[in-house]
Amino acid sequence: MNALGAAALAAALLTAIYTLIAALIGARSGDRRWVDSSRRGFYAIFVLLLISVVSLESAFLRSDFSVELVANNSSTTTPTLYKLTAMWGSQGGSLMLWAFVLSIAASAVLFATRHSHREIAPWATAVMAAIATFFLGLMMAGVIFTNAETYPFALLAAGQVPAEGAGLNPLLRHPAMAIHPPMLYSGYVFFTVPFAFAIGALITRRLDATWIRSTRRFALIAWLFLSIGLALGARWSYSELGWGGYWAWDPVENAALLPWLTGTAFIHSIMVQERRGMLKTWNVSLIVTTFALSLLGTFLVRSGVLQSIHAFGESKVGLPLLLLIAAVIIGSTLLIISRLDDLRSERRIDSLLSRESMFLLNNLLFIGLAVIVFWGTFFPLISEAFTGQESSLAAPWYNRYTTPVAIGLLFLAGVGPLVAWRRISTSNLRKAFAIPISAALVAAAVIILAGEGLSEPIALVLFVAGAFTLAAVGQEIWRGTAARRALSGDSVPVAFSTLLTRNRRRYGGYIVHMGIALMLIGVAASSSFQTSTDVRLSPGESAEVGDYTVTYVRPTSEVDSQEQKLVFGAVLDVTRGGEQVTLLNPAREFFASSSADPAAPLRGFFEGEATSEVGRKEGVSRDIWTAMQPDLTSFDPVIAEGDELFGRLAAQLDLTDPGAVQALADQQGAAIAGLGERYLNPATTPPAEFRVNVNPFVIWIWIGVIVGAIGALFALWPGAEARRSRVSNVYAAKLARELATR
Amino acid sequence: MEFALAILIVALVAVFVSVPLRAKAGADGTAGTVATADPELAGLEARKQTKYREIRDTELDRAQGKLTESDFKRQRGELRAEAISILKQIDARKQALGPSDAERKADAEAERPS
Repeated sequence: MNALGAAALAAALLTAIYTLIAALIGARSGDRRWVDSSRRGFYAIFVLLLISVVSLESAFLRSDFSVELVANNSSTTTPTLYKLTAMWGSQGGSLMLWAFVLSIAASAVLFATRHSHREIAPWATAVMAAIATFFLGLMMAGVIFTNAETYPFALLAAGQVPAEGAGLNPLLRHPAMAIHPPMLYSGYVFFTVPFAFAIGALITRRLDATWIRSTRRFALIAWLFLSIGLALGARWSYSELGWGGYWAWDPVENAALLPWLTGTAFIHSIMVQERRGMLKTWNVSLIVTTFALSLLGTFLVRSGVLQSIHAFGESKVGLPLLLLIAAVIIGSTLLIISRLDDLRSERRIDSLLSRESMFLLNNLLFIGLAVIVFWGTFFPLISEAFTGQESSLAAPWYNRYTTPVAIGLLFLAGVGPLVAWRRISTSNLRKAFAIPISAALVAAAVIILAGEGLSEPIALVLFVAGAFTLAAVGQEIWRGTAARRALSGDSVPVAFSTLLTRNRRRYGGYIVHMGIALMLIGVAASSSFQTSTDVRLSPGESAEVGDYTVTYVRPTSEVDSQEQKLVFGAVLDVTRGGEQVTLLNPAREFFASSSADPAAPLRGFFEGEATSEVGRKEGVSRDIWTAMQPDLTSFDPVIAEGDELFGRLAAQLDLTDPGAVQALADQQGAAIAGLGERYLNPATTPPAEFRVNVNPFVIWIWIGVIVGAIGALFALWPGAEARRSRVSNVYAAKLARELATR
Repeated sequence: MEFALAILIVALVAVFVSVPLRAKAGADGTAGTVATADPELAGLEARKQTKYREIRDTELDRAQGKLTESDFKRQRGELRAEAISILKQIDARKQALGPSDAERKADAEAERPS
């Protein structure tokens, strides 16, 4: 099976090279046979990489430790879900994922455009094939440069195959982390499609909006994947990292946010080109930037150039990725400059009070936000280059500069839908804005009267902007339904449903705006009105956190011999006004370190990876969130004594005898279980540090993400072909009548 | 083993990707082309669809009270003029290209005695 996967991978590289050559011949000669052959080349790459992926996954499922990747990232005790997802925790596996998703995206777009884009498609195929060749070449380079760690099918020598694998990094054993990397990678990779078609359009000088129409869905799919990936990362951080938040401005988080920001700007600005023939240079520049930032995201995760919690991804593929980014930026820039004459706008903006003006403003703010995040992310490198000292920028710096821009964008998410294309008259403007402004003022009054608003002015403004946007979108949907009813006489539900399904792109977008408003309201409330308290408690002791009383009821402990995990936890009773609100179970999980000193097996548990299991009660208005860290200093003498004993025992035993090794392991297991019992014994239970947070409205962040994802899916979903042609026929007939009367 | 498998797979792929190359070229050396593949015409068709959608959106904007009656009439007039211009360009392009395969087939069907 491994041989089949390796052979398919090698064949995929050869096929990618062929596809590149065939596409270039087809593009230059105009001979459709070469173009069709190159398209088939991508279908073949997809099948070959599917075989490779299945082979590698099969090695993980079989715990085939002769494959180095499996030995380093899985173990026989790793749960099946994490065996399946362990592939992308490694260098070679994540490169494989990149290439595989690219083959899916490229095959899909080439199939969808097989009867169109006769000039652009061959060049786009060549661009995508070049990128596929790069990533497949990077993997296969691992065959030659054996320290490159990029070849996923690298085998260990017969004598070096371990009986047990190293296992998956404990931090990654979380459902969100199982899906988060492929979502982000899919987001990065799907932006390849509009980028490749933009390059094709530039080369062939076909710079009208046809390349945009054919690839718009792929940009939206990329955006959706990136959004879900970012949200899953935030959810993981909130429930697994034990620091109490969901966004830390970590460099790798930022790296995924950057293409999301420019990609969002792109999705808005292409509408202006489609309708008005404007912003052509801007759009090609935006998609080039977005794709370059997608590569940069991969580079940051995989190069380890910036230290972060994601440092487990460090490796040696940084330089080739950096060269690819440089080639993309320099090549595209030269191409854009050489086509400036063809990129001239067909029209000018009629009025500042028009939807296209709002889109332009929205784009400027998105780019401004991206520049701030980029500067903050790369500041450690910049400061090191200029001062010789590496210093980084923390969350307050990011918050200070990004918050005003986010407020502006939130207002625009409401203003945009209210304004018509081309221009809106002042009287219509007043009519359109009356209800949303009233809603915003009511929201401001309620928050101020509740006594919270004035102490946190930024949160107040965010709430007001959120209320404005929600009211604006609600009004749009209501007025659209009313207009539909007036035209058709349908009932409200039928008119509502018809309005939305016949204008998927417009109303799907508005639903996304609602999701963003809900999410930012959640962010504003949870970050401004959070109550956070660090307390040290022993069993039976209580502490006051805001309106709540938190009592450490009893300790809990668990030994998981399969996962080599020791869990020390606590049961916390949370009450308010004497009434029980909930019981929480925070815990700290300690994983045996495979690199620990074998003569000190007990200490090895506390020097390996440790993760937090957060105790959380989620609610519509607030979350009660706790994480704990037991103070194990009182255990140190016992651990030292136990390790000394095991050291002596190990010296006496013949460790080449499997029976003796098993006996030693059983003794170690019993000692670990003894530590668990000591933790539970009321006489020896140590105190623990608890962080208790009361986070208002956090759930609205996740609800906002779900609403936004539904909106994006709704906008993506293709309308019935028959209905589209019926609409076209209606307008064609109207115009034919008009033409006949001229 | 790996090498032999790779050779076998490459051979299978070669057969698959070379199917179009083994097909007979058309008179103009562009096998498999269809009239809609003409980039000029495809661009015009796409512009036509966008223009129809713009007209529909303008009607929706007017019904929702975003456009005054005079603005609506002016915009609709402009959009219709643009749409008519695109339709004329499509007709001209189609005439320049000659009938498409589909149209030729339809004509042949129509001429066939029933």
